[in-house]
Amino acid sequence: MSDKLLVIGEVRDNDIRNVSFEAIAAAKQISADAEIVGVLLSDNDLASAGEEFIAYGADSVITVTHDNLKNYTSEGYGQVVLEIIDELSPNGIVMGHTSIGKDLTPKIASRLSAGLISDVVDIEKDGEAAVYIRPIYSGKAFEKKAFEDDFTFVTIRPNNIPALEKDVSRSGEVTSKDIDIKDLRTVVKEVMRKASEGVDLSEADVIVAGGRGVKSAEGFKPLYELAEVLGGAVGASRGACDADYCDYALQIGQTGKVVTPDLYIAVGISGAIQHLAGMSNSKVIVAINKDPESNIFNVADYGIVGDLFEVIPLLIEEIKKVKA
Amino acid sequence: MNIYVLLKKTFDTEEKIAVQDGRIEDDGAEFIINPYDEYAIEEAIVQRDTHGGEITVVTIGDEDSEKQLRTALAMGADKAVLINTEEDLEEGDQFTTAKILEAYFKDKDADLILAGNVAIDEASGQVGPRLAELIGIPYVTTITSLSIDGADVSIEKDVEGDVEVIETSLPLLVTCQQGLNDPRYPSLPGIMKAKKKPLEELEIDDLDLDEDDVEAKTKTIDIYLPPEKEAGKVLEGDIGDQVRELVSLLKNDKKVL
Ligand SMILES: Cc1cc2nc3c(=O)[nH]c(=O)nc-3n(C[C@H](O)[C@H](O)[C@H](O)COP(=O)(O)OP(=O)(O)OC[C@H]3O[C@@H](n4cnc5c(N)ncnc54)[C@H](O)[C@@H]3O)c2cc1C
Ligand SMILES: Cc1cc2nc3c(=O)[nH]c(=O)nc-3n(C[C@H](O)[C@H](O)[C@H](O)COP(=O)(O)OP(=O)(O)OC[C@H]3O[C@@H](n4cnc5c(N)ncnc54)[C@H](O)[C@@H]3O)c2cc1C
Repeated sequence: MSDKLLVIGEVRDNDIRNVSFEAIAAAKQISADAEIVGVLLSDNDLASAGEEFIAYGADSVITVTHDNLKNYTSEGYGQVVLEIIDELSPNGIVMGHTSIGKDLTPKIASRLSAGLISDVVDIEKDGEAAVYIRPIYSGKAFEKKAFEDDFTFVTIRPNNIPALEKDVSRSGEVTSKDIDIKDLRTVVKEVMRKASEGVDLSEADVIVAGGRGVKSAEGFKPLYELAEVLGGAVGASRGACDADYCDYALQIGQTGKVVTPDLYIAVGISGAIQHLAGMSNSKVIVAINKDPESNIFNVADYGIVGDLFEVIPLLIEEIKKVKA
Repeated sequence: MNIYVLLKKTFDTEEKIAVQDGRIEDDGAEFIINPYDEYAIEEAIVQRDTHGGEITVVTIGDEDSEKQLRTALAMGADKAVLINTEEDLEEGDQFTTAKILEAYFKDKDADLILAGNVAIDEASGQVGPRLAELIGIPYVTTITSLSIDGADVSIEKDVEGDVEVIETSLPLLVTCQQGLNDPRYPSLPGIMKAKKKPLEELEIDDLDLDEDDVEAKTKTIDIYLPPEKEAGKVLEGDIGDQVRELVSLLKNDKKVL
């Protein structure tokens, strides 16, 4: 009998997050011929999201629409997911290592008395068995982990395991399921949006990050322009957030977001260990800093020693040229 | 209020990491309180000073964990508990840790449990929510503000940069995120007093647990350092030339443009 793996997807503003597609690809890596059942929850109709999940590799999808699923709560989502697990008896679960994934999966694992390997960035095969690679000590080392028994439960870090090619010719059943959600003790009263519109930092391919060297909120403007020509997002060091040049929503590092874009451009950032914890696994790192001794040059692939206010406008022009 | 803080000792963030035979070499390393657990201790003190009650700091660790517990006591916690597994258990994972804590909390009447959002070494972020589920109380992770009025609790939670305003009630477990508060440093009188505060040491036997009850569900096969990054290239020449060279390298060598 082949495996059955649940992939719990995340819908935000009616779109499925990219990391959820990556989770489907991860499930396929874990077990090539597994039956993959997508699970999508929302307070909105999910029929078309379900179809999209199929196009990205799910074999079937269960959707649950309920008013209590408008905002994520561990209780609301927990009740629904546990009921689906109870009914389907999967041999494993894969989800994104996102705010919701981090919050929900330990609860489910606890209820199932299962192991859970969080924040996986790569999957290897050792014969039939999957081996999971995850960063530890803020990315200063990696560990290879495996399960003691045959239940698989992992969360994957966004932007590390590529999603499968979208294939609209794939077909599969999308079933809407009625699940009663009992009263919740924890209620979300309000959501204050701080993270800027546009590209999500944790999923961005390109990030332009500014530090205290940017000197003001005004100074961030050229960084936004550079991010725009690159189709990327703007991030920041804690130094820049503490100085109020930008919102904490942009903070990258040990206490902020952990990102692994293809290209990370650190501008006026000194490269403190806590900052590196959030970005050192980026594929290509560029540093622009006026101090040649600055630690950021120790992790950068390419460095320009110079005044960022001189370098950034030139860089924007040059990139516009090659992109034209 | 009956307040508990979960504390993990971790490598000092500034420590260089060395690996020996697939394990992190920790001989001679400096250990600290996991930074997020400092927010938890600080918040516990603030809440106790507002609402009254007592703070117990709990850690699962070894003999050396006493140092971090004493620091928490010096900051202002009232009591400490060290669950020492050194003699009894070899392997463990997040399941193990949560099961041991569950057994500890079985006969405690906790109103509020504060944990860190994540431990900066193994960084799974599992232990808080796992424990809450095992002892059947709600939890809210990555909180940046906490106010308690009777049994009603109002919370601000960081959600990837956005802020959610959440209402819930005690008993409750929360995990702490940067922004919640500024942890205090232990004062000299605090350090003196801490020496006399109660520190209880338990073994899993005292919690009516066997090795089998807490057997890890996952295993670590190997630990290794990332491949040494090739020394980066600091570009040279006129700034305009450097920018052109950079764009060309990004486009043609690295293919990221
Ligand atoms: C528990 C804890 C958690 C932390 N978590 C985080 C975290 O998540 N993220 C984080 O980033 N930090 C974090 N920090 C803070 C971290 O230690 C550093 O203080 C912070 O990263 C410094 O920010 P910075 O590099 O912007 O500022 P600075 O260190 O002040 O560096 C500014 C840089 O700008 C350069 N510069 C100045 N002017 C120019 C110019 N005109 N052109 C080019 N370069 C210029 C300077 O040479 C300098 O290198 C944490 C600290 C602690 C204790
Ligand atoms: C008996 C035993 C043996 C172990 N053996 C190994 C081993 O061989 N190799 C290895 O790498 N790890 C070992 N561990 C550690 C274990 O794998 C995890 O590190 C531990 O479960 C915490 O998980 P985490 O680091 O992901 O913390 P997270 O879940 O990220 O921590 C979040 C929060 O939970 C609380 N918390 C976490 N750990 C503790 C604790 N110990 N005591 C009190 N509160 C805590 C803190 O508030 C912390 O901020 C062992 C643990 C035990 C109990």
